[in-house]
Amino acid sequence: MADKSPVDKERRKFFIRTLQGLGLAALGGSIWGGYVAEAKYDELVLRPPGALPEEEFIKKCIKCGLCVEACRYRENNPDETKKTATLRLGAPGDHKPKQENMYNYPKEVPLGTPYFVPREIPCYMCEDIPCAVACPTGALDTNTVSSVKDGKKVLDINKARMGVAVVDLEHCIAYWGLQCDACYRACPLIDKAIKLELKRNPRTGKHAFLLPVVYPDVCTGCGLCEHACVTEKPAIFVLPRDVALGRVGKHYVKGWEKKDESRLKGSKGIQKTITPRSEKRPEEYLNTEDLLNEE
Amino acid sequence: MKNNWLYKHRFLIARRIVQLAIIGLYIAGNAFGWNVLKGNLSSSKIFDVIPMADPYAVLQMFAAGTLLATDVLVGAAIVVIFYALIGGRAFCSWVCPMNMVTDFANWLRVKTGIHREEWQLRISRKARYWILGLSLVLSFLIAAPAFEFISPISMLHRGLVFGMGFGWVAVLGVFLFDLFATKNGWCGHLCPLGGFYSLISKPSVIRVKHDADKCTLCMNCKNICPEKQVLWMIGKESVFVSSGECINCGRCIEVCNDDALNFGLRLKPTKEVKSNA
Repeated sequence: MADKSPVDKERRKFFIRTLQGLGLAALGGSIWGGYVAEAKYDELVLRPPGALPEEEFIKKCIKCGLCVEACRYRENNPDETKKTATLRLGAPGDHKPKQENMYNYPKEVPLGTPYFVPREIPCYMCEDIPCAVACPTGALDTNTVSSVKDGKKVLDINKARMGVAVVDLEHCIAYWGLQCDACYRACPLIDKAIKLELKRNPRTGKHAFLLPVVYPDVCTGCGLCEHACVTEKPAIFVLPRDVALGRVGKHYVKGWEKKDESRLKGSKGIQKTITPRSEKRPEEYLNTEDLLNEE
Repeated sequence: MKNNWLYKHRFLIARRIVQLAIIGLYIAGNAFGWNVLKGNLSSSKIFDVIPMADPYAVLQMFAAGTLLATDVLVGAAIVVIFYALIGGRAFCSWVCPMNMVTDFANWLRVKTGIHREEWQLRISRKARYWILGLSLVLSFLIAAPAFEFISPISMLHRGLVFGMGFGWVAVLGVFLFDLFATKNGWCGHLCPLGGFYSLISKPSVIRVKHDADKCTLCMNCKNICPEKQVLWMIGKESVFVSSGECINCGRCIEVCNDDALNFGLRLKPTKEVKSNA
């Protein structure tokens, strides 16, 4: 062993340390990463207006709470003491609704990110959208809640898509035939996002149903309807659009709408798959081949 | 005058005042709507105008694969420029509220006699750089800023401003770790944010300067220093403490009875001499 120089020992130590570090990093990283991968997603969380799609939002939100402060100290906060506001930041273990089992409540809001619970405090749809304006990172993007007027970008809260209201037809008392239009009256886009549809009530034979119907293409998901709903657990409630809405697929085209129809421009028409069998018409091979001659 | 308690703790007192004032202003920003400092240490605005942002958080977000708005980039640049060129790693000792928690743990550790070199859980001081690297890899793989989801520091300052939830558990964890496992375990060994500031703050101007001619080798400074390895020159060379790991807390200056250590301005970068301190 005498011929071994101290440099070799250092080298060996270096490699051992590096490998130890790698091993620890792999173990720690898998636990850490596994936790974060789970913790970054909550199915029921509702984001402030202008929020990017959840995947992108989580990447960009720096968890500073400037949107929450903007929401609280806006002039038109109904709570004049400014103690409460629509938006709040998710804190560790913060998944206790004010009343258990009384409304939808996100169970695992990603740590430190802003959200709101409409049954407790809905979004009042401020026209100046102070929360989105306050965001320093672009996680709340004012471009998604702006429209162009006279060549200028103007904030337009009606373009917000925080979620979409869904009516539970079984527990909405208007669908029982009782007169209630609480959600309809509360809706800031009355007669656009929620319309009352009249229908004859065959049970009594002389009354009308006044049925609230949500139009998801207009609904912003502010939750004023959920907040106003008179049933014990709201029969109209806001869900994230991903959760509540279906998807048609792009092969359906509304032929009666010019804009949708224009998607077909440049299309080569329907491509027929040609196989040896499809060269003949079905009648030909179905009638002539052994299918008929089976004994 | 030079031996009274106040003078002997002048930087410590100043640090506590600065730390409490900063976190206090953030709390007032949310609780009373003051606009001196709004947000929290992750990102904030001074007087609703000057942005600041945690550059390490921004780095993780880049790793997660996203482009950020200019506001937060300017904010991160302001913070990086301040610490890298002027303040050194002063964030850790003058701003971060976790510093008060770990300093308390370490003080208790020494006072109660729990601390013995041979009882310590040995962790490499390089672990923080591994964790820093790992956090960036994980941010990339998971497409989310990985350390921001588990950071006890963020849980503390965000919790103090916006509501703690169970965040105090993580803070207690850091406290107990520093108290029982390793002296300066969190801030001096594991914290990747501290590691990040160590890496960027090497060129900074404000530095502790050692005068070896005055030194009597009492080693008070090394005993008090939370990052002992940076004081390798004590009694050997009259140079600036040039390691980025020095947090500019000034404790060494306070405990020195020989005026051999002082804050100074290092205008020309110096090369650090390799040593096994």
